Amino acid sequence: MNFSELFKLSGLLGKFSPDGKCLASCVQYRLIIRDVNTLQILQLYTCLDQIQYIEWSSDSLFILCAMYKRGIVQVWSLEQPDWHCKIDEGSAGLVASCWSPDGRHILNTTEFHLRITVWSLCTKSVSYIKYPKACQQGIAFTKDGRYMALAERRDCKDFISLFVCSDWQLLRHFDTETQDLFGIEWAPNGCVLAVWDTCLEYKILLYSLDGRLLSTYRAYEWSLGIKSIAWSPSSQFLAIGSYDEKVRILNHVTWKKITEFEHPASITNPKTIVYKEVEKSPSVETERLSFPRRALASSLFSAQSKYDISQVPVSLQYVKPIADRANPKIGIGMLAFSPDNCFLATKNDNIPNAVWIWDIQKLKLFVVLEQLGAIQSFQWDPLQPRLAICTGNSKVYLWSPAGCVSVQVPMEGDFQILSLCWHSSGDSVALLSKDNFCVCYLEREEVK
Amino acid sequence: MGDWKTITVPVLSSDSKNIFQYTSEKKMSPPSLNTQVLRLPLPSSKSMHTFFSAFCTEENIEQSISYLNRELTTLGFPSIYAESKGKELNIISVINCMNELLVLQHKNLRAQEEVEMQHLKLGSDMDHLQNCYAKLKEQLELSKREIVGLQERDRQLQSKNRNLHQLLKNEKDEVQKLQNIISSRATQYNHDMKRKEREYNKLKERLHQLVMNKKDKKIAMDVLNYVGRADGKRGAWRTDKTEARNEEEMYKALLNDYEQRQKQLLMENAELKKVLQQMKKEIISLLPPQKQKPKERSEDGPVLSDLEEDIGELNKENMWELSCETVREQLTNSIRKQWRMLKNHVEKLDNQVSRVHSGALNDKDVISREDHELETEKLELEIQQCKEMIKTQQQLLQQQLMSPCDDDTTLLLQDCYLLEERERLQEEWRLFREQKKNFEKERRSFTEAAIRLGLERKAFEEDRGAWLKQQFLSMTTDYKHSENVTTPSAFLGSSDQDNRLVNSISQQRKPHCMLSVPIPAEPCQMSQCISHNSSNAGSKKPAGDNKPNQWEESDKEETE
Repeated sequence: MNFSELFKLSGLLGKFSPDGKCLASCVQYRLIIRDVNTLQILQLYTCLDQIQYIEWSSDSLFILCAMYKRGIVQVWSLEQPDWHCKIDEGSAGLVASCWSPDGRHILNTTEFHLRITVWSLCTKSVSYIKYPKACQQGIAFTKDGRYMALAERRDCKDFISLFVCSDWQLLRHFDTETQDLFGIEWAPNGCVLAVWDTCLEYKILLYSLDGRLLSTYRAYEWSLGIKSIAWSPSSQFLAIGSYDEKVRILNHVTWKKITEFEHPASITNPKTIVYKEVEKSPSVETERLSFPRRALASSLFSAQSKYDISQVPVSLQYVKPIADRANPKIGIGMLAFSPDNCFLATKNDNIPNAVWIWDIQKLKLFVVLEQLGAIQSFQWDPLQPRLAICTGNSKVYLWSPAGCVSVQVPMEGDFQILSLCWHSSGDSVALLSKDNFCVCYLEREEVK
Repeated sequence: MGDWKTITVPVLSSDSKNIFQYTSEKKMSPPSLNTQVLRLPLPSSKSMHTFFSAFCTEENIEQSISYLNRELTTLGFPSIYAESKGKELNIISVINCMNELLVLQHKNLRAQEEVEMQHLKLGSDMDHLQNCYAKLKEQLELSKREIVGLQERDRQLQSKNRNLHQLLKNEKDEVQKLQNIISSRATQYNHDMKRKEREYNKLKERLHQLVMNKKDKKIAMDVLNYVGRADGKRGAWRTDKTEARNEEEMYKALLNDYEQRQKQLLMENAELKKVLQQMKKEIISLLPPQKQKPKERSEDGPVLSDLEEDIGELNKENMWELSCETVREQLTNSIRKQWRMLKNHVEKLDNQVSRVHSGALNDKDVISREDHELETEKLELEIQQCKEMIKTQQQLLQQQLMSPCDDDTTLLLQDCYLLEERERLQEEWRLFREQKKNFEKERRSFTEAAIRLGLERKAFEEDRGAWLKQQFLSMTTDYKHSENVTTPSAFLGSSDQDNRLVNSISQQRKPHCMLSVPIPAEPCQMSQCISHNSSNAGSKKPAGDNKPNQWEESDKEETE
């Protein structure tokens, strides 16, 4: 495993291009495009203000930089460095910006969710979509980029509008039986739309592409409901994480619950493997002390860690949520399927140090990783069942069915990894901290 | 036994000279029961003092003597006067009488002692039973108290339960109330939210108008030149056609998805069918061949059968290919049937295996014997329990009978028994009495038979003696008398031994009776009878020695 040197970064804005050739990163108001392999700077663009959001177009030819404070979006072309485009939303303001899947339209959401403006890079045309709903996940594109689902709110009722992305034609428009719609998400096959209600009510609705309601699922009443959902890449399963610390899995045939995964603080099943991260004092070797290289020296003084296999039963560190706070830190806040559908990684927010990995074939808990710090982020390798985890320190953790490793990033100074993103080939990971980033290259042998 | 001894001892000491003593004794004791004997010494002991002080004086000596004589003769003693009817006293007779009286006195004292002993025994028995009774009463009291306690506890628990039920109901009501509150709050909240949202929407609308109407110059896109579309095509106009096309495409996508799903399901179905088929085949092959054999037999040649099988398989495969609807039931039914058969078969096999296993371990007989032993043990235990129960019942019965005076206890006991039980007990009691009677009858007949046997033997001995005597006399008339006496005595001795044997048999029966007869009064009486007999037998020995004619007398007494 190799690491690049550290590069400056701001706002955790670092992204690989979809074609995997470039890496974009922002430092204040500058956008830097590097080659993924050499990390040499290919382009450097200067924006009008501090960049708050960047996004690659699907064909990797353009990149948009949003400056919400100024209400401006700037678009840059990789092919034509002198080409420029600036979209000003004026007094309407700007709260969100994104590419349409074709990479030639930009959807800007104005302040107070007054409307969504669709700007085209090909023609002068501008379209408006009124009444978008102010919610966490109000826009969803199908994976093939053909359709867009948009959550709307009119007359105190929730609606879904389905658009054909190629010409922004409204295909379907229907109301949903939700109190206060919270999010929408397409199944990867683009035929089923999952719609879930606000956390006050546990309710998930499944709509077909043609607007038919396929099924409704409610696990319980009264207490706080859904916190997060995830489709399996095969569209076969829908995992629903909720505030009751459970994940429920629905199947795609009957849309009924197959099973539910509990996340108790004590693990008693002896078949579950529990990896516990333990600190070990750095072994001081005289040879290395005599010729201290800079990178090694820093790593020498930071605590090393390794994984131990704990003997079941294990009780995990449990944080009691504050009862009188809104959005309590309890329940399943993160969940993700592995690309081969075999595993589901989850995090229970009141057991912040543990990642649970479930075997979907057996529908059983497979592995629990107990870290020393709270889990900041985890992401699956896009090609194989390999999970990268960061916990806000200078280590990156990798798990695969074969085992797990803790890798110290050999960097000088403070490097707290808060986020990570995989390269589309699964060969490298960008590790992002508040001020810096580096790229971690994984050897091919390991990939096997 | 004691009686026998007491009699024999004085006999031996008094050198067995006088016949009167024994005759008198015999006259007196056999016909009269012991109760009469007991009564006799009592007035005599009472009057003893007065007699000594005032009965005989110088003046009335004659009258006293005559009175005594009269008394004695009425009591069966020989007259104390001399034979010659004069007023002379026969001293020997007087002394004999006195001795006899003394002996009688002794005997009476003994009997009294015994009776006292018996009385004591009975008293202790009584005490014991009373103790038992008291204990039982206590127990009864205790259990009564316990019952009361338990009832109290039961009542308490019931009241507690009722309270808890009430609490539960209250809680339920509370929950219902809270749910109502929550739902009402929720509706209120929703209502308020809606109101606010409407306001907010109005504001939004206003803002929109304001923002849009200002002809904001700023809202614009500044672009160097428009770029081509990603697919290289020019943007098409939006027309009805495009709309239709979009719809079409959407449905195409949906159809594709469904087709794909159907394909998957078909594949899955095919797999499952394959598995099912295979399973069916395997089940058929596994099933006991008896069912298949007749089929095979009916088919003539192997070629034919193969052909038929092929056809069958073809048919089957076709059947598999048919849509599930038509075949489903057949299929499932056949599979179920075969599965049941297989299950039965497996169970049978299991049974067989287990049987074989058990057979290998140890013989069936052993197991059965073990079982048998166990069974017998169980039964024995049961019997013992039953016996114990019967014993206790009998004890209770005795108690009831022994202390009829104690009204309280009888009442208690009567209360204790259920009517049914009492009836049953009475029945038992009656049976038992009958048994007892039978026993007594048997015993009596037995003793009589023994006595008869003894008599017959005596007669026989006498005859023999007489015969021998005659022979002797006829052979040698000048023989000494002493020899004449000794030879029959030897024979007589042997007969006595036989008599004693009979007695011992009758005595051996006694403890048996004691065991079976629970009433203490009964064995007492019986033992008296027996002792009476034994005393008879004992007294025969010296009597037989001296005077054979005396036997006739005793015989008469016994037959009486």
